[in-house]
Formats: sequence, C-alpha cells, structure tokens
Amino acid sequence: MKNKQIKYLIYALIFIYAVYQTIVSVKASSLTYYDLEFLLEGLERTVYISVVSIAIGTFFGLIFGWMKVSMGTFGNIILSGFLDILRSVPLIIQLILFYAFMGILEIDISIFWVGAIILSAYTSAFVTEVVRAGIESVPLTTRRAARSLGMTYWQDYRYIVFPLGLRAVFPSWISIVLSVIKDSALVSVIGYLELLKTTEELIAKTNEALLLLLGIGLFYFIISYPISLYAAKLERKLKV
Amino acid sequence: MFDFDYTFHWITVWNVFPEMLSAAMVTIEVAVTSMIVGLFFAVFLSLGKDSSNELFRTPSIIWIEIARNTPALFQIYMAYFGLGAFGIHLSPYLAVMIALIFNNAGYLAETLRGGFASIPRTQLASSRSLGMTAFQAYRHIILPQVFKVVYHPMTNQMIWSILMTSLGTLVGMLELTGKTDQLQSLSFRTFEFYLVAAVMYFVIAKGTLLLAKLLAYKIFKGDA
Repeated sequence: MKNKQIKYLIYALIFIYAVYQTIVSVKASSLTYYDLEFLLEGLERTVYISVVSIAIGTFFGLIFGWMKVSMGTFGNIILSGFLDILRSVPLIIQLILFYAFMGILEIDISIFWVGAIILSAYTSAFVTEVVRAGIESVPLTTRRAARSLGMTYWQDYRYIVFPLGLRAVFPSWISIVLSVIKDSALVSVIGYLELLKTTEELIAKTNEALLLLLGIGLFYFIISYPISLYAAKLERKLKV
Repeated sequence: MFDFDYTFHWITVWNVFPEMLSAAMVTIEVAVTSMIVGLFFAVFLSLGKDSSNELFRTPSIIWIEIARNTPALFQIYMAYFGLGAFGIHLSPYLAVMIALIFNNAGYLAETLRGGFASIPRTQLASSRSLGMTAFQAYRHIILPQVFKVVYHPMTNQMIWSILMTSLGTLVGMLELTGKTDQLQSLSFRTFEFYLVAAVMYFVIAKGTLLLAKLLAYKIFKGDA
C-alpha cells in the first residue's frame, strides 16, 4: 500500500513539474495569446469534422451493413468492392482525388464538406463490417423465435437484433470512432484548418516546433485515451 | 446536369509511369521494413506491458498508448520537426521510417498481447518443467502458436503500414504519394495522376492480402 502511495506521489510531482515547465516555456516562447486561441479553434474544428463524419458515416454504415446481410450475391459483390476501395486507398489520396474531381465538375463545395464527405465514406466502410458482424452475431434461432411470436421484420430488427448486436460490436465501433478522430488530421492536406494544420502554420510562424507538437500531441491524447480506456473496460465487461 | 468541360490527359501520366513505379517500390520498401523492425520492438513491448517489473512496464505502456492514441501524421511530424528541436535533423525518409516503426510497434504489441493471452500460462510452465530453457519454450512452444493467432491481424497491420507511408508526402518524402504530387505539379493533371496512384495503392494492398493468404496456406498447411 505504502509503495503505491509513494508511486502516485512521484507521478503527481512529475505532473506538476511538467505543467510548471509548460507554463514557463510557453511564456518564454514567441507564442502569443492569439496563437493559443488559434490553436483552440483548430481543436474545435477537429472535433466538429470528426463528429459530423462519425454521425454520417455510422448512419450509412448501418444501411450498408443491413444491405450486406440482406442482399443477394450480386449486390453484395458491388457493395463490397466499393467499400473495399475506400479501405485500400490512402485517405490522403481519396481526399485529393475527390477535391480535384469536384474541381473538374466545377461544383462549388467547401473544404469542410469535401473532408466530411470523404471521412464519412471512409467511416461507413468500416462501420459496415462492424454492423454486419453485429447482425450475424445474433443467433438465427432467436430471430426466428421473434418472428414466430408475431413480430414483423422491422420489429425483429428494432427489438431483437439491434440491442443484442449492439452489445457485441459496440467496442469495435468505439475503436472506429477513435481512428476517425485521428484520421481527421489528414483533412489538413486539402487545407482545412484543423488542429494539426493550425499547428503547422504556427510552427512556420513562431518556430516553436517541439512545444507546439507536444501540446497538440497532448490534445489528441486527451481526446483519444479516455475513450480507448472506456472501450477496453466495456470489452472486458461484455466478455464475461 | 453539369457542364463537363474537361479532357482527361492520360498520356501525361503514362510518360512518367516508370517513375511512379519506382516510387511505389519505395513505398513497399518503407512499409515492409517498418513492419519487420516494428514487430521486433512489439515482441518486447508486449512482454514488457505484462511484466511485473515497473522498469519495463511503464515505458512499454507509455510507448503503446502514445502510438495508439495520437495520429500517425502527428508521429511523423514529431520525428521530422520535433527531433529537429534537439538538433537531430533526419531526412524525410528516415523520419517517416522511425515514425512508422514507432506506430507499428505500438499496434503490433497489442495484437501480440492478445496472442500471448490466448496461450494458457501452464504451457510455459510445463515446457519449462520438461527441461526447456525459457528461450526454447518460447521458440518451440509459445511463439508458433501465437504466430497463428496474430497472423491475420498482422496482415491488416501490414496494409495499414502501406497506407500510412502515404503520409510521408507531408514531410516531403518521395514515396508514391509524394512522387505523384511532384509529378502532377508539373502539368496540373491532379486528378489523372492521383487516380493512377489510387489504383496502384489498391493493387499493392490487394496483392499483399493475396500473398498473405497464399503464405498462410503454405505455412499453416491450410488449417488456419
């Protein structure tokens, strides 16, 4: 017990020292208050584009996943092929390609939506597999029982498949959410001013590479780590 | 519906296609190397995370959690710009390689940990009691079984590794994406160039999967 207390005390001291060092080095650096505000705006945009993409991507993932289970072979091959492309081509290339394509079609679309559409498509490709696995994890006998009790097709999905399947694949969905938050950093390629891009601009302006990078690394970590801990805890809990 | 006022110029791409192919080789080279070296570190990290020695455990946990909870692009920036603050100036190639090794090791460590967890601890004890050294026990009993469990997740990580090399372009590395970007900037045929690059990535990724399946068939004699 006592060992543990000493350990936590050391951790706390290290933490306080780190905070102190950070404040000192931020004050000593050429960063101004407005630069930090700029950074926070970037963080806001990262969260914003992630949330939008996850919401849209999950919605389409649910539809595609359902389609994958219920469609015939032919439709399945086409859908799988399409989703496979989204997963086997780097996100950077997809973003630039889509952006260039919009330029060719002369469609006026904001950078935000270019990024959000591609990220959503990318998310939906992963969610589809998860949804399919979730639907298939529900024993067919359970579903037949539901139908034989007089439930309609949709009632079966709504009251039987959804709650049971969700339990099986929720941790996988969370890990997709995490990877989307991290992958949203790539939207900077087409010029969207999210967290990493703002940092890059600030590095160019103030030349404080290490401090800024450590700072945003911490931001990403703070967003991502609690979610991953929660997912791991959930997975343990659901396994038993 | 749209005024489609654009002519595709594929010949511009075709003229420099050999250059793109050699850039694709760089991509594969970096992906494979970072995967192999990453696997090497991952073995130690996965054992370290479960070890009872604080001195091994804490660094392993820190490595794994940072690798898994920050964007790969951030890790590349860190290797390229961040190390610069310490006076270590790496070439883009080396920076990307180091970042990818760091990233792959973190993810592979978790995969391996799952693999190790799937082998009952008693197997290690019984092989030790049969007179094997710890190394022999791992070499002949534990690792072959772990390998079978982690083979498919590792294939996925390999694909990730290939896709992640494309981030190298942002620090000026001339792998497939970087080269494509350089070549398209001469003619501004962005769409054509990137479409060809996308197809190449697709072929590489699918080729890797196919190769992995064939290898699995050969290694596991069809029972995996």
